[in-house]
Amino acid sequence: MAGEVTKEYDQKTLWGGGRSPFSVSYGKMMMWFFLISDALTFGGLLASLGFMKHQYVDVWPISEEVFTHFPFTHAHLPLLYVAVMTFILIVSSVTMVLAVEAGHRMDRKNVTFWLFWTVIGGAIFLGSQAWEWSTFIAGPDGDISTWADNATLTQNFYGRGFTGDNPILAPVQYSQFFFFVTGFHGTHVLSGVVINLIILLGVVSGKYEKVGHYEMVEKVGLYWHFIDLVWVFVFTFYYLV
Amino acid sequence: MLRDDIIEYSLGVTHSEEAGKKIRKKIFFVTALLSIVTVVEVLIGVYWKSILGPDSWDLIKAIFIALTVVKAGYIVMVFMHLGDERKMMKYFILLPYAIFILYLLFLLFTEATFLSENLTW
Repeated sequence: MAGEVTKEYDQKTLWGGGRSPFSVSYGKMMMWFFLISDALTFGGLLASLGFMKHQYVDVWPISEEVFTHFPFTHAHLPLLYVAVMTFILIVSSVTMVLAVEAGHRMDRKNVTFWLFWTVIGGAIFLGSQAWEWSTFIAGPDGDISTWADNATLTQNFYGRGFTGDNPILAPVQYSQFFFFVTGFHGTHVLSGVVINLIILLGVVSGKYEKVGHYEMVEKVGLYWHFIDLVWVFVFTFYYLV
Repeated sequence: MLRDDIIEYSLGVTHSEEAGKKIRKKIFFVTALLSIVTVVEVLIGVYWKSILGPDSWDLIKAIFIALTVVKAGYIVMVFMHLGDERKMMKYFILLPYAIFILYLLFLLFTEATFLSENLTW
């Protein structure tokens, strides 16, 4: 990026006071502060998931054998839909960065266009997650017919574990981590979509044109990319590894 | 409320049409790269057993984690523009986080290894 950050200042000027040594505005730095704290929460969640997996190394369910379904088909396609979801989120991250780039050119029409598709991408992701949750709850065989019976988790071993002389609770912990990690991430996606929508309304109404810059788009962009970043890690550490 | 001790970020935030073209080119390159890496990850996940045999899980795991770090690096450095910020800003964001999480992982894996070897349930 051109501008402030590429300017050369000697150390005395840079750190001597009277200006921001990081060459970022207050709002952007606070967004980074928030993202670091949020990243620590997700880092803690994924680290504890790693702890569980490592502890139950022999009995922990393999995600590749759990998530084998694809909407509108009964074919056996392990992890393919999760990969599609990852792709959707990456694409919506790309449309966001294009909106930010258009904002740097003060191109209101393009900011509106790309931000709109970012919101759509986020909404598709949320719908996919709802589908994945309901498929998971419907049972390991994903039999659609069980939906009619108001399927609950207690009807399969992700809800009650393997009972018997030697009960194994790893599948229960597996599903708890599944709902907590993807649910916490999904809450972020939901709030991201809502915030993007609010900013989109601001762009359409010409609010940022009047202010003279589209930094607000860049700040919510940081949050949106962060959501994508977290999903990249969830995809690896929950589904793949 | 404008304060004169805080830089007006907006001063340096606009760029020209040509600079925009260059940036868009970079964005599309990173998009292609991220998509390809995701596809490769899924393909490895589906086929590694039949190609390398079930004993190479640790290697596959290392590959997955390496690919994830590559993806995360591109997202943070290009999409979140951290690569364009001042050097101190980068260190200030990445280093404390990396140190804390690596330390946490070290503690947790040490304990989990002990538990998996000694605990019967």
